[in-house]
Order: sequence, then C-alpha cells, then structure tokens
Amino acid sequence: MKILEANHLVKSFGSLEVLKDISIEVKKGEVLAIIGPSGSGKSTLLRCITQLEDVDNGEIVICGETLCAKGENGKAQYASKQQRRKIGLHLGLVFQNFNLFPHLSVIQNVMNPQTEVLKKSKDEAEKHAKELLAKVGLTEKENAYPCELSGGQQQRVSIARAMAMNPDLLLFDEPTSALDPELTGEILKVIKGLAKLKTTMVIVTHEMSFAKNVADRVVFMDNGYIIADGTPSEIFDNTDNTRIREFLAKFDD
Amino acid sequence: MDFASIIQSIFGSINVEIFFSKMLAGALTTLEIFFLTLLFSLPLGMLLCLGRMSHLKVVSMPVRLYLLVMRGTPLMLQILFVFFGLQPLFGIQVDRFSATIIAFSLNYAAYFCEIYRGGMESIPKGQFEAAKVLGYSKSTSFFKIILPQVIKRIIPPMGNEFITLVKDTSLAKIIAVVELMKVTEEYVNSAVNVVPFFVAAVFYLVMNGVVSRFFSVVEKKLSYYN
Ligand SMILES: Nc1ncnc2c1ncn2[C@@H]1O[C@H](COP(=O)(O)OP(=O)(O)OP(=O)(O)O)[C@@H](O)[C@H]1O
Ligand SMILES: [Mg+2]
Repeated sequence: MKILEANHLVKSFGSLEVLKDISIEVKKGEVLAIIGPSGSGKSTLLRCITQLEDVDNGEIVICGETLCAKGENGKAQYASKQQRRKIGLHLGLVFQNFNLFPHLSVIQNVMNPQTEVLKKSKDEAEKHAKELLAKVGLTEKENAYPCELSGGQQQRVSIARAMAMNPDLLLFDEPTSALDPELTGEILKVIKGLAKLKTTMVIVTHEMSFAKNVADRVVFMDNGYIIADGTPSEIFDNTDNTRIREFLAKFDD
Repeated sequence: MDFASIIQSIFGSINVEIFFSKMLAGALTTLEIFFLTLLFSLPLGMLLCLGRMSHLKVVSMPVRLYLLVMRGTPLMLQILFVFFGLQPLFGIQVDRFSATIIAFSLNYAAYFCEIYRGGMESIPKGQFEAAKVLGYSKSTSFFKIILPQVIKRIIPPMGNEFITLVKDTSLAKIIAVVELMKVTEEYVNSAVNVVPFFVAAVFYLVMNGVVSRFFSVVEKKLSYYN
C-alpha cells in the first residue's frame, strides 16, 4: 500500500527553480532516506509534502487522498482547506531544530496536540504521552521544560510529539544536524527503533552510514532532480554515477 | 504644638479632611480612566495587530494609517477632538468622561498594537510551522502556542506603557474631568499653596509603584522558561 505518492513536483522561489521534476513513492512500512548536496531541494521537498509550502505544479497523494493534482494550466490544483488539513494529519514532521513549544513542559508538549487537535481526553493523552516518552527514554524528564534539556533530549521529545499524533508517515529533516556529534547517536538509535517497528519514514540526512544501515531505499537529489533511486547497496556500493560518487567521497574519512 | 496643628500649618488655609477626600475621589477617577482604557485598548490593540499583519493590503493599509495618526498626533488633541469635534462633524455628543475613555482607548490601542506586533514577530517561524504541521487550526495555534509566548516577551514594554498611562490620565483635565490632577490644580489655584502638588506626586508614585510591582511579579511567574 502506498502511503505517499508524488509526481512531477515543480517548485520555484521567485526565479530560482528548486524542485524541477520530482517523483517519489513511499510504501507502508518503508524507510526512505533522501541524500544529496546542500541546496539540492531536500528540505523544500519535505516542506511541500507537509504543506509548509505549496508546489507550483505536480501531484501529491497521501494515503490515497489527493492533496494536489497536476493542473492543465500548469498550476497545481489543491484540495479544499478542510481536506488539506485532514490530509496533513496523516503526516508528522521532525524538524532539524526541534521547534518544541518552550512554554509547555515535556509531557505537555506531547499531550497538547492530542487534546487540542485530536480532541482526546486529558487522561488518554497523558497515558499515550507517557508511553511515548518511555519509548524515547525521557520518562524522568516529563516535567522539565525544553530549555532545561540537551539538544538530543529535545529532539527525542519532538519525535515523541510527532508520534503522539499517530501519523501514517513520519518525515525527518536532518534530525541530527543541529546536534553535537556525541548526541547524534541517541537520535539515530530512536529512529532505528522506529524502523524496527515498521514505522513508515522519510529521512533527509547527511549521516551516510545511518542511511545505509536503516533505509530500505535511498534517493539521491541533486539540483532539483532525483538522479538515483534504489536500495542502499545500489546507491552506496555499486553506483557508476560520478555525481553520486563525488558526493559520497566527501564522507569517506 | 500637636501633630494635627503641624499638619494644618503645612496645608495653610486648606481644610485637610475635605482636601484628602477630594483627592481620593480624584484618584478614583484616575484609576477608572486607567482600568477602562486598558479594558478597551488591550483587545482592540490585538485586533489592530492582526489587521496590521494581514497580507491583505485593504486590511493592513487602513490600520497603518490609523497607527500613523494615533501615534503621530498628541493625545491631548485627540481628547479635545473626541469631546468637541464629534458634535459638529457627526452630530454625536459624548460626555466628558466617555470622551476621555474613547480617546485614551483608541490612542493606547495603537501603541499596544505595535507592542503585540513586535512580540509576534519575535516568535521564531518554527513555532508557527510546528503547530501547523501538528494540525492546529490557526486560532488554536494562536491562543495556545503563540500568544502565551508573546505575552512573556511583551511584559517589559507593556510595563512601560502602563506606567505612562497612569501619568497620561492627567491629560483628562483638559476637558475638565475631575481626576487627580484637576483636583490638585484647583486647590493650588484657590489656596495659593503648592503642597497639593507634592500630595498628588505621592498618589501617582504609589499607583506606579503598584504597577511596577505587578509587572515584576508577572515577569517572575513567567520566568519558568526562556
Ligand atoms: N523560502 C525560500 N525562499 C527563497 N529561497 C528558498 C526558500 N527556501 C529554500 N530556498 C532555496 O532553495 C534552495 C533549496 O533549498 P533546500 O533548503 O530545499 O535545500 P536542502 O537540500 O535542504 O539543503 P541543505 O542540505 O543545506 O539543508 C536553496 O538554494 C535555498 O536557498
Ligand atoms: Mg535542508
């Protein structure tokens, strides 16, 4: 079953074409890693999928529901506002810089979207939040405020917050880039744990060995195009594409 | 000489008892102006702020013009205009006190609008984005996520504005509203004695002392995060 299907996405900022013709697909339970040089459009792609940006043209279907369709006049036809919000609830996004709500405690950060958006009861939300915080190893920090946590701990809370909404697809935009190297491990471990549980994920990352080990499929983006899409071994070990080889060579040390 | 006669000698021909009861009544009117102005201008300022930040030019341009006029002309002129100008122009007559409240509320809303806007713009974009991706509606995101953070950030400029408002209430004297300053002035004129000035100063200082105290308590309460 397809969770995400995007076809021929095009997106410009002014005269800068950032996504030129992007098509990707994610099946249920699959982990897709997106790699590629800086400025190639990886974040923009995630932002278009999560509706933080609108594409100029192309088709996005999430869990069988059409977010936008390719328009005949060259402009994407978006679904109604209501439908868009409903489709958005299938997705969770983990930001590079966490974006936790600073005025809420750790547990409130995980509970608040459940009570405010999913209209769950407080008890139900709290129970779910405690389970998730246990999963990311932060039970003893549930009453702390984000400013009292390390970057790694904050990122684990933000993963728990995204998971609290029970998304069908969890997207990560460089979840470890804002962290000190010694803290990236704890995040990668959490994501690995999610992969074991067959959580459907799209992960933009510069951690090549992580992509290689955890992803079922790897996509290489360059300059607004997807120039390779395959298994980790196809991309990392057996590629004859010089662009990819040059890129990967930078990480070999 | 006993204590009462010392007091009476300072106040000269002024009857101390009547003087203080009139000053208290005036202070009460001052407080009414203060609280009613806040009651109307704080929410009105928020509405203006949302209008000011709207992407629709037809909404944001009139608000900008409003801010320009309200912040660019003297509050005294605005008070006089509401009291004397509405009748000949629009046939609306308002009493002195209402005119004061209307002018103060419209004027302070403009300042509060800019304070809110500064607060809103200081909230990182990621906060709006995180709320949006989690599925918060615009209004829930505003009231539950953004506004609490804005409030914390605008406490210091709000404190300044409240203190200014306590002092600005004295402008109501220009249309003969009998507030603290008006009472003071009348006494100084009729009794040819400057002591009422000092008494009025103490009244204002006490009020602003309470305002400052209030703000430092709130600031402390909100310091559980940064
Ligand atoms: N809101 C925006 N307005 C204008 N230009 C933008 C905007 N967002 C991104 N861009 C530009 O689009 C291009 C692609 O950016 P994007 O952030 O998607 O790259 P990326 O692949 O995520 O890079 P990185 O690995 O550095 O995160 C960049 O040149 C960037 O400057
Ligand atoms: Mg990026």
